[in-house]
Amino acid sequence: MMAALVPFYSHALPQSGDYVRILPEIVLSFFGMVVMAMEPLLDERTGQKVLGLIALVGALAGTGATWFMAQAPGLAFWNMVRVDGFSVFFHVLVMAIAVVVILSSYEYMAVQRIRAGEYYALILFGTVGMALMSSAVELVLIFIALEISSISSYVLTGFRQHEAASAEASLKYFLLGSFATAFFLYGVALMFGATGSTNIDQISAALRAGPIPLLAFVAVAFMFVGLGFKVAAAPFHVWTPDVYEGAPAPIVGLMSTAPKAAAFAVLLRIVFVINVPGRLWLIWISAALSMTLGNVSALVQNNVKRLLAYSSIAHAGYLLVAFAAAPEMGTSAAMFYTASYAAMNLGAFAVVSHFANAGERYVTLEDYEGLGRSSPLLAATLTIFLLSLIGIPMTGGFFAKFYVFSAAVKAHLIWLTIIGVLNSGIGAYYYLRIIVVMYMRESRKAVPVSRIPFPLGVALAACISATIYLGIFPGRVLQYAQDSAQQLVRQSLPVPEPEPASPSSAPVSAVREPL
Amino acid sequence: MRIEDLSSVILTLVTFLPLAGGLLLMLFPRRDRDIRIFALVISLLTFAVSLHLPVHFRRGLAGFQFEIDRPWVSTPNIHYHMGIDGISLWLVVLTTFLTPLCVLISWTSIHERVKEFFILLLIMETALIGVFTSLDLFLFYFFWEATLIPMALLIGIFGHERKVYAAIKFFMYTMIASVFMLAAILWLYAHTGSFDFVVIREQIASGGVPGFPAAGQWLFLGFFLAFAVKVPLFPFHTWLPDAHVEAPTAGSVLLAGVLLKMGTYGLLRFNLGLFPEQSRHNAPWVMTLALIGIIYGALVAMVQPNMKKLIAYSSVSHLGFVVLGIFSFTQAGLDGAMFVMLAHGISTGALFMLAGILHERRHTYEISEFGGLASPLPVYSASFLVIVLASAGLPLLNGFIGEFLVLSGAFQAKPIYGILGATGVIWSAVYLLWMYQRVFYGKVTHAVNNSLSDLSGFEKWAVWPCAAAALVMGVAPIVWLAAIDPAVQGALTPFVRVASRVVGQ
Repeated sequence: MMAALVPFYSHALPQSGDYVRILPEIVLSFFGMVVMAMEPLLDERTGQKVLGLIALVGALAGTGATWFMAQAPGLAFWNMVRVDGFSVFFHVLVMAIAVVVILSSYEYMAVQRIRAGEYYALILFGTVGMALMSSAVELVLIFIALEISSISSYVLTGFRQHEAASAEASLKYFLLGSFATAFFLYGVALMFGATGSTNIDQISAALRAGPIPLLAFVAVAFMFVGLGFKVAAAPFHVWTPDVYEGAPAPIVGLMSTAPKAAAFAVLLRIVFVINVPGRLWLIWISAALSMTLGNVSALVQNNVKRLLAYSSIAHAGYLLVAFAAAPEMGTSAAMFYTASYAAMNLGAFAVVSHFANAGERYVTLEDYEGLGRSSPLLAATLTIFLLSLIGIPMTGGFFAKFYVFSAAVKAHLIWLTIIGVLNSGIGAYYYLRIIVVMYMRESRKAVPVSRIPFPLGVALAACISATIYLGIFPGRVLQYAQDSAQQLVRQSLPVPEPEPASPSSAPVSAVREPL
Repeated sequence: MRIEDLSSVILTLVTFLPLAGGLLLMLFPRRDRDIRIFALVISLLTFAVSLHLPVHFRRGLAGFQFEIDRPWVSTPNIHYHMGIDGISLWLVVLTTFLTPLCVLISWTSIHERVKEFFILLLIMETALIGVFTSLDLFLFYFFWEATLIPMALLIGIFGHERKVYAAIKFFMYTMIASVFMLAAILWLYAHTGSFDFVVIREQIASGGVPGFPAAGQWLFLGFFLAFAVKVPLFPFHTWLPDAHVEAPTAGSVLLAGVLLKMGTYGLLRFNLGLFPEQSRHNAPWVMTLALIGIIYGALVAMVQPNMKKLIAYSSVSHLGFVVLGIFSFTQAGLDGAMFVMLAHGISTGALFMLAGILHERRHTYEISEFGGLASPLPVYSASFLVIVLASAGLPLLNGFIGEFLVLSGAFQAKPIYGILGATGVIWSAVYLLWMYQRVFYGKVTHAVNNSLSDLSGFEKWAVWPCAAAALVMGVAPIVWLAAIDPAVQGALTPFVRVASRVVGQ
């Protein structure tokens, strides 16, 4: 009796290896729940410290767990999760972002008097969703992961409870965001209708097998709308400035990097593994629009948070350029870009949130006047991040742009490249404006700048070293990105038949026979 | 260590020594005197080390020497490839020669944020040398962009009244123009699989680059635009007067002395080197722009009431000579272009120093504020005269040699170019000597000027080496031309090939 059941169970139940393949998610969820459970037991002040520490340990443990995950590449949970170089890359990236955000939140929590329990727990839960997005190969699971990450972001956006702007941002983000996720879900449903599956590999196989149904084009367009919203690509970017302006600054740092990275990971899988039909024009237009609208709007911004919001739209545009390129180069360029963008943008927002002070009072360009003199270290730090955002040599931003445009040229997208490089020239202006007011103007009002606390210092140091490391020794990260991109692209090709040259295989073998 | 061992790392050493000094300087406490001395020591050391290059340079060879070629990033195929030939050799030495003088001239004039100033100056030096030594297009672009930041900061922080405007204008002009070069570099990489200048040049010459005939003109224009803004060639020159007038003296010296040469160097190395056919094809209008620049720059310089602006416009005129020489595709023209670059670097650098010295005493550059300075400031005015004459092209001083060679090259190309270019020599004598007359001769017009102090020790040490160099270069140009000549011949070989192909048809 028992012996007869064992094969049945072993088939129906997940194997132990499956759990290893989602170990980081399990660890993060566990620590998130610990934070939630501990919160009522502690008073507010100690709570902030202790819970923050637990969250930090959790995020670090999650990063550590990724190592175990990386040892067990392959599919898990009935082909819903795939562990490969690609998903490991994004796991590490997303969790590193979480670590930096938690570190830079300590001071913010104390100054803004935010209840720490939900805050840290939501960061961890959100990270679970983002991490899962990068390894899910099943559209429904991707949708669930997307929702986990989005719902955490909606709540986190509204955490400045005393500010109307924060509540407004949260509501806006929630309404528009759920609308966008609905689009994505609708796209998934249509894709199921078109191909009979929600598994990326099977969809890929189905689309390759025969003529592409019209429904698949519509499905791709819908999914692109949903993901385009998440990465703040034009024309789905309108929410970004308002939400970034209202949300707590460390959370903006998180929102503008981690969920974006995860959504880009999903987009990469969908675009390149499925090899979706009609992607070129969809992405071409969106990339050109994002770059141009983002940069041009940023030129006239006076609020630094809004300025960086528009800059992040522009950067989403640069990143999308990679999606229009050839699969292998495009994927690795996009991966590298996500990593270096995360480092520089997180750093910039960490400085901005430290400088903004209680109640986020100091966020306009005038407040930054004379910062170079009053706080040289902070100003120099921000300058490095801004230079990287411009794309000046010796920073990660430079190589990132370089690879993306290089991939685009290789794919003969000359016009898109020209739009891109021109935009990066124009974009230099508004980043430069911040540097100019910091160094070349005298301050007209007294802005108190508090000392950089230790955790924030660690976070900033990590961001700076990552930015410079990627700018001077990009080789290793790029090599890793290329290897995993190759792996990813190879998955998409039909494995058993290595001869794509001839449309039908029968005549070939007929010819070969006599030889 | 044997000389051969040193020769393989010498370029790395020369390039990064100033950067290392700048990084060390960051650790210094804010004791201004120590910082100045340290910056001077580092820049002098760099100069001394860089003298290894001309001493051990094997003259008579056209190829690159002191080469170092290590892979930096495997894919994309980026190499740390450095090397110099007779064209870049002297530009490197010019940079290392001018930097210590910049430190000296800023000794007393910079008294706020001294540390930042010298750090930026040293970083700037590394970026400038890197531009001239890189043989990998990626590396070249890397250093090219890297020069922007320190220069913009030098102008924007330490400049005069409209410094922010000038800094941003400078930055945006160069940045936007150079992204077109980036696009062209990316195209070349996509179609040749290499960033290596030598490899790409060979591939293009042998016709092994797919799609090149159609794209060649666009690639030429992409590079050309970036360089033309930097030179600056006539319609792209408007950033220059602003940047010069607002920049601190040392900034102006490096800007005129070296930064503008990046443009002409780029034209010579990359536009001529990679796209010979396109260069020949485009030469008529490029030379026309150069001639307009020569004459227009000179005429505008003549009517400037501001001494520094006058010198700035004179640069537009002089650099027009360089472009004229380059696009004449003759041995004499290219030799002359190289020589004008060096001569202009020395004499205009010195002119900016001298103008800065006056500004430090009177806080104005207006020519009308001065007059009759020869009697209160004898040493100053004598030094000024030497430099002015060198700049105006008096025989036996450095300006003459270069202009003469350029004009003879231009005559060979087409007599009308030579004739029009020659008027530029006259104009330059007019505006420079007229300026000299108004500032130094006659009676002292403003009583304040009677009590001005003459050159201080530091200032003498900054200006006199330039005057000496101007004289030596004028008397013994062969020292420089011996290295330049073979390199120029090498640069011209594709043109001979192009010409013979045309004749063969």
